[in-house]
Amino acid sequence: MNLKVITHIGDYVILMLKVFTKPQKGKIFWQRLMDEIQGLGIESIGIVAFISVFMGAVVAIQTAYNIDSPFIPLTMVGWTTRQSVILEFSPTIISLILAGKVGSRIASEIGTMRVTEQIDALEIMGVNSANYLIFPKVVASLLINPVLIVLSMWMGILGGWLAMLASSLASTTDYVNGIRIDFQAYIVFYAIVKTLFFAFIISTVSGFYGYRTSGGALEVGQASTKAVVVSSIIIILFNLILTQLLLT
Amino acid sequence: MIEAKDVNKYFGDHHVLKNINCTFEKGKTNLIIGQSGSGKTVLMKCLVGLYEVDQGTVFYNERNFSKMNFEQRKDLRQEIGMLFQGSALFDYMSVEENVMFPLNMFTKQTKEEKRTRVNFVLERVNLENVNRLMPSELSGGMRKRVAIARAISMNPKYLFCDEPNSGLDPQTAGVIDTLIKEITVEYDITTIVNTHDMNSVLSIGDTVAFIYNGELWWKGDRDTILHTKNKELNDFVFGTELTSRLKQ
Repeated sequence: MNLKVITHIGDYVILMLKVFTKPQKGKIFWQRLMDEIQGLGIESIGIVAFISVFMGAVVAIQTAYNIDSPFIPLTMVGWTTRQSVILEFSPTIISLILAGKVGSRIASEIGTMRVTEQIDALEIMGVNSANYLIFPKVVASLLINPVLIVLSMWMGILGGWLAMLASSLASTTDYVNGIRIDFQAYIVFYAIVKTLFFAFIISTVSGFYGYRTSGGALEVGQASTKAVVVSSIIIILFNLILTQLLLT
Repeated sequence: MIEAKDVNKYFGDHHVLKNINCTFEKGKTNLIIGQSGSGKTVLMKCLVGLYEVDQGTVFYNERNFSKMNFEQRKDLRQEIGMLFQGSALFDYMSVEENVMFPLNMFTKQTKEEKRTRVNFVLERVNLENVNRLMPSELSGGMRKRVAIARAISMNPKYLFCDEPNSGLDPQTAGVIDTLIKEITVEYDITTIVNTHDMNSVLSIGDTVAFIYNGELWWKGDRDTILHTKNKELNDFVFGTELTSRLKQ
C-alpha cells in the first residue's frame, strides 16, 4: 500500500516535470488558456455565487438565533459571517466544490482523450501532450480561482445581509458595523494564498488522474472519481497545514 | 525506409514481441497482419515510439530512432503521419481546425497559406464543404478521411495506419484502402498498415508481414500469400466462411 502511494507520488512528479516546460507555441498556449479560463472559471461563477449567497445567509441566521444574551451585541452577526466566509467558507469549501466540478471535468476530458487515442495523436505529431493539455488548465485555475473566491466572499456577506433584511433578526446598521469591526486585510491575503494552493492541487491532481487513464469509459469514470476524492483529501490536509503556518 | 532490428518488447513477464526483424519499403504499402493479440499493434507502437522497445533498434532511413532524445524525436515526428483505429480527431475542434493543427503547431505559414493547404488535403481525400463540421457530425468513413487529411497535411515521409478499416462497411473500407494506396504512390512515402482485413491485404499489400504469437512468422506479398504452405498463415487467411469457400 505504502509502495503504491510512493509510486503514485513519483509518477505525479515525473508528469509535472513534463507539464512545467515552456509551451511549444505561445499563440496556441494563449488560445488554450483563454478557453480554459472560460471553461474552468467563468462557467463556475453561477454555482459559486448561488452556494455562497445561501451559505452566507445560513451563517448569519444561525449566529443571530444563537445570540440570546443581551450583553452580546447584534454586530456580532456581521462579524461572524465575515470571519466565517473569508477565513474558511470561501477558500476551503468553495475549493472543495470546485474540486468536484472542475476536477471531474479535467480528469474526464483528459481521460477521454487518452482512451480515444487523441493523446497518442498529439505525441505522434511531436507535441508535448502533458504540457499542451495540463499546463493551460493549471495556469487558468491559478488565475481564475482567486477571482471566484473573492466573488464568493462578496456573495456570502451579501447573502447574510439579505437574510437579516428578510428575517429582521438584525438591522442593516448592526450587520454592516459588524462587518467593519476589527477588519484585517491579512485574512483576505491568507484566503487567497490558500486558494492558490488549492487551485494548484485541483488542476494538477485531476490532470494526473486523467492523463494516466487506460481502458475505456468505465476507467474514465473511475479516474474522474479518484481525481475528486484525492484532490479533496489533499485540500483538507493542506488546509490544516496552511492554517497552522499562516495564522499562528 | 523503416527497419526493425531484433525488436523485443515485454509487458511484465509477457514476451509480446520476439526478435522482430523486418524492413518496410519506401513507396509501398507495407502491411502487418495477424490475429487479435498477436502483437501487431504493439509492433506499430514500438515503430512510432509510443512504446519503447526493450531490446533491439528501429531505424528511419538509417537514423537510429531508438537512440534519439525527445528533441530529435520531435523533429522526426514531423515527418510522420498516423491514422488511428478510432480516427483520434480532437473532439473540441472542427474539421478545419483538426487538419490545420499540425500546421499551426509546427509551421510559420500565414493563415491563408494554411487554409489553402487544408482545403487541398481535404479535397485530396474527397471531402468538400465539411470544414466547419465537428467530428461528432461526421460518419465513420468521413472521420477516417479527415484523419488521413490531418496525417498528410505536413507532407509526411512515413504514414502509419492502425486498422484503417475497422468499423467500416466493405465499400467504404475499399475507398479508404484505395486512398492510402494512392497517397503512398503519389507522395512516394513509406506506409505501414496494421490490419486483419483480407480485402486490404489482397488489394493494397505490396509487402505483407504476418505476426504470430509475437514472432515474424511469414513475409511476402499479396500474390504469394494465397499460395503459401504455412499452416498458421493459411488458418488466418482462410479462417472465415467466405474465404474458406472460395478456396474450395
